[in-house]
Amino acid sequence: MNNNLYQYLLQLGDNALILGQRLCEWTGVAPELEIDLALSNIGLDLLGQANQWYEYAAELKGGDATPDTIAFLRDAHEYRNVQLVELPNGNFADTILRAVIFDTFNLLLHEALTQSSDQRIGAIAARAVKEIGYHARYCKNWTLRLGGGTEESHQKAQKALNDIWDYAFEALTPGPVDHWAKEAGIGPDLEQVKSKWEATLQQVFHQASLQIPKPGFVDRKAKSEGIHTEHLGYILAEMQFLQRAYPNLQW
Amino acid sequence: MKDWPLWEVFIRSKNGLHHKHAGSLHAADAQMAIENARDVYTRRNEGNSIWVVKSTDIVASDPEDGDMLFEAAKSKIYRHPTFYQLPDEVNNM
Amino acid sequence: MQDIDVKSLETAFQDRIDQEIKIEPRDWMPEDYRKNLIRQISQHAHSEVVGMLPEKNWLTRAPTLKRKMALLAKIQDEGGHGLYLYSAAETLGVSREEMVRDLLSGKAKYASIFNYPALNWADMGVIGWLVDGAAIVNQVALQRTSYGPYSRAMIRICKEESFHQRQGYDICLQLARGSDEQKRMLQDAINRWWWPVLMMFGPHDSASAHSAQSMKWKIKRVSNDGLRQKFVDQTVPQLEFLKMTAPDPQLKWNEERGHYDFGEIDWDEFWNVVKGVGPCNKRRLAVRNKAHDDGAWVREAANAYAQKNN
Repeated sequence: MNNNLYQYLLQLGDNALILGQRLCEWTGVAPELEIDLALSNIGLDLLGQANQWYEYAAELKGGDATPDTIAFLRDAHEYRNVQLVELPNGNFADTILRAVIFDTFNLLLHEALTQSSDQRIGAIAARAVKEIGYHARYCKNWTLRLGGGTEESHQKAQKALNDIWDYAFEALTPGPVDHWAKEAGIGPDLEQVKSKWEATLQQVFHQASLQIPKPGFVDRKAKSEGIHTEHLGYILAEMQFLQRAYPNLQW
Repeated sequence: MKDWPLWEVFIRSKNGLHHKHAGSLHAADAQMAIENARDVYTRRNEGNSIWVVKSTDIVASDPEDGDMLFEAAKSKIYRHPTFYQLPDEVNNM
Repeated sequence: MQDIDVKSLETAFQDRIDQEIKIEPRDWMPEDYRKNLIRQISQHAHSEVVGMLPEKNWLTRAPTLKRKMALLAKIQDEGGHGLYLYSAAETLGVSREEMVRDLLSGKAKYASIFNYPALNWADMGVIGWLVDGAAIVNQVALQRTSYGPYSRAMIRICKEESFHQRQGYDICLQLARGSDEQKRMLQDAINRWWWPVLMMFGPHDSASAHSAQSMKWKIKRVSNDGLRQKFVDQTVPQLEFLKMTAPDPQLKWNEERGHYDFGEIDWDEFWNVVKGVGPCNKRRLAVRNKAHDDGAWVREAANAYAQKNN
């Protein structure tokens, strides 16, 4: 098995799954019924994308591997998602700011992946990029509404941005697998993605009258060594409960 | 706290067809109304084009005027092809 | 308006209903018809929205990716159905805000079934199979309801719901074919949901406060007892296929009637849950209230932004 490719697929799949799992938590309790449905749509897109990345990963891995064994039978240190997506939903501003930062990155990444030298990755990305394009736009529009809405919403949006900004850069900081992917023509040069990402976000935040904070602590080991926040353990404990409590069953 | 305004949603299921009333929803602005309509009324691939219009901007005829507005057309039977008898020899008109 | 005018309007109105002509939003209608409809439709909408909560409880713990996606899609549909129904009620001159306020204050009712807890994964199967199954029996009948917007909403809802019951039964089938532990989960869930599901059809026709007039106005199309019997008849074979049992020793086929006989519902429990003394009433309403309160600043922000940018 090409372990670099496998790890690269996990990065893609894990980001989608963990963010999708977080969005599931909004179900039934969003600020308005219409928003509830929108967040579910985004969640469904992400879960579907995770499933596709894991299908490819499971084929590479061979044996008894399935998307479900990959999702439900790995521990936190084997997960390859960025810390940003595992942060708690917080209030609606926290969720939207987390989303606009991640989706902007994710869109640029998937646009590049449509040109991947790996045709399977290219095909999955081609489908996903349309979905992610919508997510990015939806969250951008809400960023503008919260930033430019009331005094209270502006403050909440600014606080959300301040709180999560440190987590924003992990996705854009290349780890060993990203270097491999770039060399192999499978994935983009994250330095290039980063400059476009910064330009897009600067424009969005400017339009939303939000101040971009100075980057503080960036955990450079996070991506290369699979270091997560404390939140991921709880996410997995909940998500994997049935598979762990009653092993080897069909559901 | 006031509800967001109500919007009427019209969906075209495919090119060549009319936009058809699908239902209504709440949205604070036009962009949100389009996005909400997409998320609420096209979850099953129901459309490829969306119109939204504020419900308060729709002008409707008064049901009380129904007779005055619509009865007159009912008696104009000569507007319909079945009013005219064609000989059997002449088809396809 | 003169009494005599109202009388003739009412007669004309009932004539239209009897001829199966739908009533549309701006048509004249008796005030009680409007009130009854608002009560019934908003209650139905609240049920859809509160009904998202028991299933949401297991969404983050769904055991496979496919189950998680199907469940999320199903819960999302319920939100959509709540939305369609609120919209239908809004055509009668009541705002969503007013309806939601009545729900949150406890003034408005919603289906009592959602005041029962979802305790194990099999509950996701049984809710889809039995709760949605019972709802569909009711909703299919309501597609022919006399009020146009309500009827159109029900038609759309029925079309979308067709996958919900199968989604639930599919979970049950998998468990029924599984380990002893999975079968135990399934039987446990059936035991807990069976009676509350039969209660969903409401009190006996003889004890139903709104039934007679609602039938005459064709707001309701089939009686509570009639629908309940129909549901039991169609469900028992599905139950037997799973090799599971219902917690009702009196449940058996009656050759003479051509229907299943079943035991008497515990009406004390029924009225208690309706009146708010069920296992989860307080919790469900507390969750809805918190979501509504937490969301207030978001709704306000969007309004403010729209005004500034208009």
